[in-house]
Amino acid sequence: MKDMASNPILSLRDLSVHRGTAKILDRVNLSLAEGETLALVGESGAGKSTIATALMRLLDGAKVEGSAEMEGAGDLLALSERQMVKLRGRRLSMIFQDAGSALNPSYTVGRQLITVLRRNLGLSKAEARTRAVELFTSVGINDPEGRMSAYPHQLSGGMQQRVMVAIALACNPDLLLADEPTSALDVTIQAQIVRLILAQTKSRGASCIFVLHDLALASQSCDRIVVLYAGQVVESGPARDILEYHRHPYTKQLKSCVLEIGTKEVTAPEGTVPPHSEMPVGCRFATRCPRALPRCAGEAPPLQPARAGADGPLDHQFACWNPE
Amino acid sequence: MIMSQIQTKRPATAPNPPVFELIEVEQEFSVPKPGRGLFNRDTVGLKALDGVRLSIAQGASLALVGESGSGKSTLLRVLLGLDAPSGGRALYRGRPIREARARGTGFARDVAMVYQDARGSLDPRMTVGQLIAEPLRHFNIVKKGEEAARVAQLIDRVGLPTDAASRYPSGLSGGQVRRVAIARALASEPSVLVADEAVSGLDVSTQAQLLTLLRSLQRDMGLTLVFITHDLGVASYLCEEIAIMYLGRIVETGPTDAVLDAPAHPYSAALRAAAPRFFEPIPEPLPGEIPSPLDLPKGCRFSSRCPAAQEDCRLRDPQLGQQGAGRAVACLHPLTSTGAQASENR
Repeated sequence: MKDMASNPILSLRDLSVHRGTAKILDRVNLSLAEGETLALVGESGAGKSTIATALMRLLDGAKVEGSAEMEGAGDLLALSERQMVKLRGRRLSMIFQDAGSALNPSYTVGRQLITVLRRNLGLSKAEARTRAVELFTSVGINDPEGRMSAYPHQLSGGMQQRVMVAIALACNPDLLLADEPTSALDVTIQAQIVRLILAQTKSRGASCIFVLHDLALASQSCDRIVVLYAGQVVESGPARDILEYHRHPYTKQLKSCVLEIGTKEVTAPEGTVPPHSEMPVGCRFATRCPRALPRCAGEAPPLQPARAGADGPLDHQFACWNPE
Repeated sequence: MIMSQIQTKRPATAPNPPVFELIEVEQEFSVPKPGRGLFNRDTVGLKALDGVRLSIAQGASLALVGESGSGKSTLLRVLLGLDAPSGGRALYRGRPIREARARGTGFARDVAMVYQDARGSLDPRMTVGQLIAEPLRHFNIVKKGEEAARVAQLIDRVGLPTDAASRYPSGLSGGQVRRVAIARALASEPSVLVADEAVSGLDVSTQAQLLTLLRSLQRDMGLTLVFITHDLGVASYLCEEIAIMYLGRIVETGPTDAVLDAPAHPYSAALRAAAPRFFEPIPEPLPGEIPSPLDLPKGCRFSSRCPAAQEDCRLRDPQLGQQGAGRAVACLHPLTSTGAQASENR
C-alpha cells in the first residue's frame, strides 16, 4: 500500500454533475496518491464514467460543480479550454471503453500516434516515427513497423486497445484514466491489457484511475476501491478492506454477485437503481437495501470512518446508518 | 442423467436419441483470397468449424465457451438449422436438423432462441405484450380468449413488472429487454433453449438476477439448455457440462466442475487462469492472439500459443479423445491435475 502521507496527485472536493434537473453525481470526494491505482466500481448509472469524463472536461451539456485539484496544474474544473488542451494527453490522458470507435477510422493508427507525439512533444516527423514504433513495441504489438500503416478496422479489438494504450501513454502522463478498458475483450486479452496498463503506469510512476464493473478484477489490479451507487460514494478504502471488511450493504451485494469459477449460489439483489426523477431523499440505496431502517428513507447518511481513530480521510469510509 | 457423450457409445439410461448430435461437422465458407487484386475472383476456403463432435442429451445444460473467432456462432447457426453444414452430420433427435426444420413448425416450436442483441431482436414498434403474444399466435399455443392471461403469466414468470405489457422495448432497461426475449422464447413451450451470450454486457447485479431466473426456469421446466458464453464463472454457475472451443474445434469437453477444477487442455487452463479472481495476481497471459483461420498453424492449432507445446505438436493434429469419466480432450500432451496446477501458478 502507498504511503498516504505523500501529496495527492489529484483531489476531488464535492464534485457534482447536474444534467437538467437530475444530479447524476453528488458531492464526490476522493484523492489519489502518486503512483496509486484506484478503481471506481458500481452499476451503470452510478457515475463512474461521469467522474472520468468530467476530469477530462469532456462532459457536454452538464453543469459541473466542485473542484478537482491536480498537483502542479490547479483546479481542472476551473482551467480554460486552452489550458486544458495543453494538459490533455500530456499530464492527463484517458483510455476509452471502445477503442474501435475512439480511434479515427480514416487515419492509420501510426499517423494518429505520430500526430499526438508531434503536437504534444514537438518532435520532428522522423523522431516521432521512431518513437511511435518504440511505443508500439512496448505495448506488445507484433510487427510494429507494419502495423503503423494499418487502419483501425484492420486490427482486432485487442490490438486496437493496445494502440489506445500507446496513444494514451505517448507523453508519459502523470494520471491515466482507464474507462472499462477491457469490457469488450476476451478474457485472455483482458488479462494481457490490464497487465500492460499496470506495467506501463508503474514503470512511469504514473497514477491510474480504473473504471470497472468487476470487483474481482478491481481486487487484482488496484490499491484502492471506491464504490459508487446512483452518483454517490457509498464506501471507499484499501481494496482488501472493501472486499473483506465492507460495511455498506451495497458493497456486500455487489461482491456477492461476482461469479468466480465454482460459484454455485448468488444472491441477486432486488430491483434496479431508481431513476433520477424518483431518487429517494434519504439514502439512495434504501429502496433496495435489506438492512434499511425507517431513518434511511428520510435522512441521507454521511461518509464516516470505518474504524475509530482512523488516520485521515483517505482510509476506509462508508455511508450507512445500519452498517454490516 | 445429464451427460453429453462424445463418442458414439451411448449410455443405456438414454433410450431416446440425444436432442442434438453433431458428427464430424464441418462448415467451410469461401472468402476472398487475402491480397487478391481488385478484379480477381479467387477465393479460398475458410473452415469455421472443423470436425466438431458433440452430443446434447435431453435435460442437459451445456456451456459453449470460447473466444471471438472460435466458431461458437457458426456452431449455433448449424444447431438452429439456419445453415447446413458443409460436411458431417448435424442431427436433431436422430434426424438431420435441416430436414427437421423444413418439416413444419415442430422444430421451431421446440427449439427456442435468445439472441445476443436482445434489443435488436425485438420490433421497436410492438409493445411487450404484442411481442410475447406473437409466438403464442404463430404456434397456436392458446385460444384467443386466453391469450392475455398467458401473456400476463409469462411476464410474471420472467420477473417483469405487471404493467410491462403496454410498454415498448425502448422504455425498458437492458436487463428487462433480456427478460422480454426470454419470455418470447418460452412462449412456444420449448424443450430446448439456446442462448447466445444472454447475460453478457450487463451489470453484475442484473446478470445475477437473470442467471437465477434462467436456472430456475431450467429446473422447473426441465429445459435442455445450450448456453454460449465467454465467461467461465457463468458457465460454472449455470451449466453441468462444458465444451471449450478454439479455432473451429472443440478442444475439451466434460462435466463443468471436473473440467474447470483440473483442465486437461492447456487452452482450457489458460482461459481458467485468465478469469478474474479475488486478489489472485493476474497470471502471465497467453502470448499473442487467436491465429487467422486462413493461416492455421501446422499440427495442433493451439501449438503457436501453447506454453506446453512440444516437437510433435507442430506435426500432428490431435483429435478429440476420451480423457477420464465423461471427458474428452484434443491434445497430444494433456495436463495432469498437477500439471494444470503448475501451469496456473506460473
